[in-house]
Amino acid sequence: MVMSAAAYLPAPKLGEWLKELSVRHLVLAPQARGDAVVFAPYAEGGEIVLDRDATMPPKQAVFPATEELLRFRRVKDPEDPGRVDVELSASQPAPKTVVFGARPCGTRGFLAYDRVYRSPKTTDPYYAARRDATLFVTVACTAPGNSCFCHWVGSGPDDASGSDLLLTPVTGGFVVLAVSGRGDELLGSPLLEPAGDRTAEAEKVLAAVRAALPPAPDISGARDGLTAVFDDMGFWDEVSAKCVSCGACTYLCPTCYCFNITDEGDGLAGRRLRTWDNCMSFQFTLEASGHNPRPTKAHRLRNRVGHKFSYYPALHEGAVACCGCGRCVRGCPVSVDIREIVLAAIVRAARAREETAHD
Amino acid sequence: MIELNPYLPEMATILETVQETPTIKTFRVRLDDPGRMQAFSFQPGQVGQLSVFGVGESTFVINSSPTRMDHLQFSVMRAGEVTTRLHGLAAGDKVGVRAPLGNHFPYESMRGKDIVFIGGGIGMAPLRTLLLFMLDNRADYGRISLLYGARSPEDMAFKTDLPEWSSRGDMTTVLTIDREAEGWEHRVGLIPNVLLEMAPSADNAVAVTCGPPIMIKFTLQALKKLGFADEQIYTTLEKRMKCGVGLCGRCNIGTKYVCVDGPVFSYAELRELPNEL
Repeated sequence: MVMSAAAYLPAPKLGEWLKELSVRHLVLAPQARGDAVVFAPYAEGGEIVLDRDATMPPKQAVFPATEELLRFRRVKDPEDPGRVDVELSASQPAPKTVVFGARPCGTRGFLAYDRVYRSPKTTDPYYAARRDATLFVTVACTAPGNSCFCHWVGSGPDDASGSDLLLTPVTGGFVVLAVSGRGDELLGSPLLEPAGDRTAEAEKVLAAVRAALPPAPDISGARDGLTAVFDDMGFWDEVSAKCVSCGACTYLCPTCYCFNITDEGDGLAGRRLRTWDNCMSFQFTLEASGHNPRPTKAHRLRNRVGHKFSYYPALHEGAVACCGCGRCVRGCPVSVDIREIVLAAIVRAARAREETAHD
Repeated sequence: MIELNPYLPEMATILETVQETPTIKTFRVRLDDPGRMQAFSFQPGQVGQLSVFGVGESTFVINSSPTRMDHLQFSVMRAGEVTTRLHGLAAGDKVGVRAPLGNHFPYESMRGKDIVFIGGGIGMAPLRTLLLFMLDNRADYGRISLLYGARSPEDMAFKTDLPEWSSRGDMTTVLTIDREAEGWEHRVGLIPNVLLEMAPSADNAVAVTCGPPIMIKFTLQALKKLGFADEQIYTTLEKRMKCGVGLCGRCNIGTKYVCVDGPVFSYAELRELPNEL
């Protein structure tokens, strides 16, 4: 990690700092809504929840659950009243935004988006505009849960990739580390103090968190494993047996980027919307003919796990489309665990290889 | 900004429609912006998304040829919401067009070879663009034969093209229907069986086929019997699509996205993909 500049934010000044950031930005920060913690606009006095990871990732900040792609309006041609033209308009609103208080996993989710939504082949202008307008003030994770597995996927509780500032909790406040040029600019706040020795304390805190992580199994064989079990429908029936196809995993996932496009309107005017979609749904790939290439939940879970740990890495230099946040594990009503599926595929493929070798 | 917006369709006007069969309707359209229409280019096999605003978009092959740019032609089989609404449109009506999308037939590497087209039903549409392109560049290709089949005479699309294709001296055209019908003067029999009777040589040849899955399955078997290798057989795939630019995530077969990596694949390429058609 490049250590460009560090500062110290005393905990009592957090609210004031967020208020200051709110002058020029929409600040989205984790706040309690019922039992859930969600990224909501910060208002003075709002209570920020940092002792547990947010229920919802900060995905909405850059990729709203519903957004307008275009508007249409049918207009009569004044010269020829029998003729009706269609007027289209599109805009990419991108309010300057700070996402405050995501853990490194939640912030890193956008790296999986970036490889697809701003690839050399395609730029999604709606995504790109919001992405460029959004700063990430990430808080290092000092309390990984037992459903967390960021360190399995090449990350860790203090991973600053994708962040502009990384905050580390220390005695009495946070060490604030700038990890991008835009982050550097935020360090100019008069509310921040010199970090001094606290940088060393932050390093110690992070070293202790890293040391306490349980060992990470080697999942480098996931691609081969998933390829090998692709046609083993018995395997997929088994691992998807309890899945209820609700799609909570997809909506909670910081890297799930699939969407639907639908029109709404009254015939004269309306808009085309993009909404998060759910690959666990039968309708996702259902064709008008009635044919469905992924007709059962086993087929659909196979594609979801395959996409994240096999297809996506094959297309993006080995990067997996999973940030290891564990939200799909925690949020699943029947406790489908993607970690178990990946490991089981690796084991099953290895066993099949051994059996072939013995034959 | 809007220039680079892959979701924003071009407005186009329907010039003409042809009711091909009870369920297939052809639309000839021109982009409303003359400069855009002038600059529009595509390759045989590429697709476009047609929009009915307020209903949605669906993907269709551009079945006219890039050598004949007075209009873009799409043939639509009525199957779902968007296609049903499209069937209600007439000359003068507006549609949105996002095109061209996807890859194309490798017409460059097909030069100098004999070409065998085998189309079933609406599957004739993607073959039409390549066939017209080749007829307009006739000297570049060897023998061209077309086997086109439908269930019944009334299910035969492209009826305005068939007399020309049948009478041209520089191509062979065989038409077939599944069962005898009054007044039908051509072949009767299932496409794979008629193909075996035609017995085109696989030597220095390429087969291009598209049609319903059951026809494709048996056509492939027939092509194998005739000695065609997987590398010599091309087809086009269909999937449910939304974005058309490789982002929305529903048309993938493993690592390949039909909207950008397809719709054209050789059977050698398909063999390498997971079995999830």
